Amino acid sequence: MTTEMEKAGIPVAQVTPMTLVAETVGSNRIIRGRSIVHPLGDVNLAPEEEHELRRMLVQRALDALASEDRTTA
Amino acid sequence: MKVVHYLNQFFGGVGGEEFADTPPNFLEGPVGPGNLLNQILPEGSQIVGTIVCGDNYAVENQQDIVSFVNAKVKEARADLFVAGPCFNAGRYGMSAGAVCEAVKSESDIPVVTAMSEENPGVDVYRGEVLIVDSGSSPANMRDVLVRIANLGAKLANDETVGPPSAEGYIPQGFLRTEFVEKTAAQRLAEMLMAKLNGESFEPEIPVTTFEPIPVPLMTTEIAKAKIALVTDGGLVPRSNPDNLPRAFSRVWGAYSIDERPKLLEEDFEVAHGGYDNAHVQQDPNRLVPVDVMREMERSGAIGSLHEEFLSTTGNSNPLENSRRIGREMAQRLKEAGVDAVILTST
Repeated sequence: MTTEMEKAGIPVAQVTPMTLVAETVGSNRIIRGRSIVHPLGDVNLAPEEEHELRRMLVQRALDALASEDRTTA
Repeated sequence: MKVVHYLNQFFGGVGGEEFADTPPNFLEGPVGPGNLLNQILPEGSQIVGTIVCGDNYAVENQQDIVSFVNAKVKEARADLFVAGPCFNAGRYGMSAGAVCEAVKSESDIPVVTAMSEENPGVDVYRGEVLIVDSGSSPANMRDVLVRIANLGAKLANDETVGPPSAEGYIPQGFLRTEFVEKTAAQRLAEMLMAKLNGESFEPEIPVTTFEPIPVPLMTTEIAKAKIALVTDGGLVPRSNPDNLPRAFSRVWGAYSIDERPKLLEEDFEVAHGGYDNAHVQQDPNRLVPVDVMREMERSGAIGSLHEEFLSTTGNSNPLENSRRIGREMAQRLKEAGVDAVILTST
């Protein structure tokens, strides 16, 4: 899905715990998500900490979009 | 068997690139390579008419050319529709694929075309349309036409079509059941032994390769960009309006988040059988981070959050299907003027 969107000219940042799969299928901008069952969250954290984690992951995705290079962050 | 044939302006004898804007024209009988095809077709079969259309016209007026071809095929009471061969010609391949797909669904008659594997028409239409592998050189014309004629005759007579390697067409991505002498374990052990002995062996499942594509750059800065959220984690509104299945999904949905400061547990559910949904169900922002994106929208870190998120179920999905879903999503996002996507995967 990422490569088809990028072929259409839309930059995509993919947040996923399975970064190897994303790299294999050709995603260009990859951010390591927290886990399969909550890629942008963590039930082991306090609500404020979890929110801060999510904010950080989204910020990484935005940084990756602004970058001109292939990235795995 | 009555055959209607589709050609571009070049093979149809109208002219080269300067005639690529020529609208479609219907001619009685065979034209150009159709003359040879007409000789190769089995006894009692003939090309009753040929549609010739400029490549640019066909690509830029796809609805027109599709209606034109559908009308002519019906008038001619055709039993088989053939387009091309298109070899490496990209616009020709895209048009041939589009008209073949349209004739197949509208008239319910067999359709055959031919292209090289690199033709962009292959990616888009190979699942629906039988595409003979033409290679890139028109010097193969006769050989390609023989395969088109064989396949066309088999399809028209409701005979079983053999596998791609035997019939010379491009694999459509289907698996077919067949009887074999040895069990999977025996075949696997033989392959392993061959590998250990440095001998060649044929895997039974094609090994997929992924071509890297250039990194597309942002055309606007992030602070001015409209950003959309997309997920393959199966998040859907309660009651699952598009009936996303929990695996093998052929569908996807677009769901409004307009004026939502965040996603609430009571409004959403998860259609995905590949992971424990409980944590996302409890707080859907853990999958589709609307809460954080809204904060960034307010603070000016991003231009805006697109008013809907797109969702499908990325579980046991065949690659071709995921690609199609990606293409369809891309088109919707393009039309909405989305500048970039954050795609979240489980």
